[in-house]
Amino acid sequence: MAFINLQNVTYKYPLTKGPVLQNINLQVREGEFVSVIGPNGAGKSTLCYALAGFVPHFFKGEFSGEIEVDGKQSSKSTLDEWVLNVGLAFQNPFNQISGAKYTVFEELAFGLENIGVPRDEMKVRVEEAMALTGISDLADRSPYSLSGGQQQRVALTSILVMRPRLLVLDEPTSQMDPIGTREVFGVVRRMAEQGMTVVMVEHKMEWIAEFADRVIALKEGQILMEGRPNEVLTSDLLTENGFGVSRYTSTAREAKKRGLWRKDHLPVTLDEAVEGFKK
Amino acid sequence: MNINIKDLRFTYPTGLEALKGINLTIDSGEQVAIVGQNGAGKTTLVRHFNGLLKPASGSVIIGGWDTAKYSVAKLASRVGYVFQNPDEQLFSRDVLTEVSFGPRNLGYSKEKIDELVKRAMALTELNDKAETNPYDLSPTWRKMVALASIIAMDTSIVIFDEPTTGQDAVNVGRIAHVIAELKKEGKTVITITHDIDFCAENFERVIALSKGQVLLDGHTREVLGQEETLAQTYVDPPQLTRLGKRLGLKETVTRQEEFMQAIT
Repeated sequence: MAFINLQNVTYKYPLTKGPVLQNINLQVREGEFVSVIGPNGAGKSTLCYALAGFVPHFFKGEFSGEIEVDGKQSSKSTLDEWVLNVGLAFQNPFNQISGAKYTVFEELAFGLENIGVPRDEMKVRVEEAMALTGISDLADRSPYSLSGGQQQRVALTSILVMRPRLLVLDEPTSQMDPIGTREVFGVVRRMAEQGMTVVMVEHKMEWIAEFADRVIALKEGQILMEGRPNEVLTSDLLTENGFGVSRYTSTAREAKKRGLWRKDHLPVTLDEAVEGFKK
Repeated sequence: MNINIKDLRFTYPTGLEALKGINLTIDSGEQVAIVGQNGAGKTTLVRHFNGLLKPASGSVIIGGWDTAKYSVAKLASRVGYVFQNPDEQLFSRDVLTEVSFGPRNLGYSKEKIDELVKRAMALTELNDKAETNPYDLSPTWRKMVALASIIAMDTSIVIFDEPTTGQDAVNVGRIAHVIAELKKEGKTVITITHDIDFCAENFERVIALSKGQVLLDGHTREVLGQEETLAQTYVDPPQLTRLGKRLGLKETVTRQEEFMQAIT
């Protein structure tokens, strides 16, 4: 049975005119790393909120359909039960930092304190999580003294430290430097290999293709396409619908017109592009 | 209006030394991208241009004005600054009022204000949203409101702090168009970005910062070709530059057309 199961999920916020999610059906298996792409306003963040239980429990509005994670139904659970299994990192890390803690170390322990993890274990888990995301040197800094990208790493780490079974990430690398971005994709991949299920909203096609198992393309609240990364990310359907593509894809598409790309498949990653262009 | 920075140093009250001796000259009308690792000092540097931060030592001179001696309000007539997070700068009840706020405070004539606001709204495609409360818009459009509110001030120097963060392909195209238009008008545009492909396609000069110092500074192609040095500040070359290297092309390529020429 699928670890995540969305059946006919339709949702409208209290103040929006039409539904933001329309009839979404989606199954994800345990340990799968799924990436969600789509233009602004496609419903990507709302889908994250739905998986994390904020839709409809916190935002209210009109909800129909059913969301199941690990066999439990969102409609029959309370938000505080739900968050024990599901962790969400917000798009804007500033919205996530508690404001109640003076140091990054304390900030990272905040979630663990709230679920009653013993003090000694808490310290070990915070230190492990900081090492994993490469922020050990920020431990004593104030969360508010950090740069945007550093704050984003702290926000991600504050979720990883909770060891959720389902990790939901809403553009977790949007403010990160390029090599840091690649490292975060690597960390998330490792988490998935250890059995954590991951749903990650992202725009960076090259790294999605390199690290994710499957891509879901959303548009106007509906699933436009889903499948293996290379298959989805090179589809003409995406370009026609205003999705971004990697420079490897767009350049090879142009080269194909001029007879300079001879493979059947377009590339998304560097290796695929090298393979197709080399003489 | 040139920007002259001499041995600029800055330390935050927490003791963090963010800038460790920066020397730079940016000429009038240049399009400059600033790249570098998170925490490298990019935002700290540009906040010195409009006086939000004052040098601990050294100097920042904007067209003859030493920023240490001028208020943020005064410098606002020369330097416009679009924040990384639009929510830090928007406060009006509707988009039109928000976009008009800057030029009104600069004391322009009513005709000039109307003209500047009209142009900024058109450039950012906000005309149909004039009466909307900025906070009823999606984050994407709030970003465009933030851009418009600064463009409408008609300053010689415009700074964008990570303008493409969280924007889809269509909107990144809109932002590139805004930058191209400002260039045509002879404005100096300084942009902090982590989007290296965007950087390669829209800027002529790139400054790479690392740990509070200038690591590289020069023509886009020269700077973005130096893979090993860039890695010190956690920056990858553009995708097509990496591809060109792997294919053994002699010249560094950064854009699609250069790449096509090189392989034809």
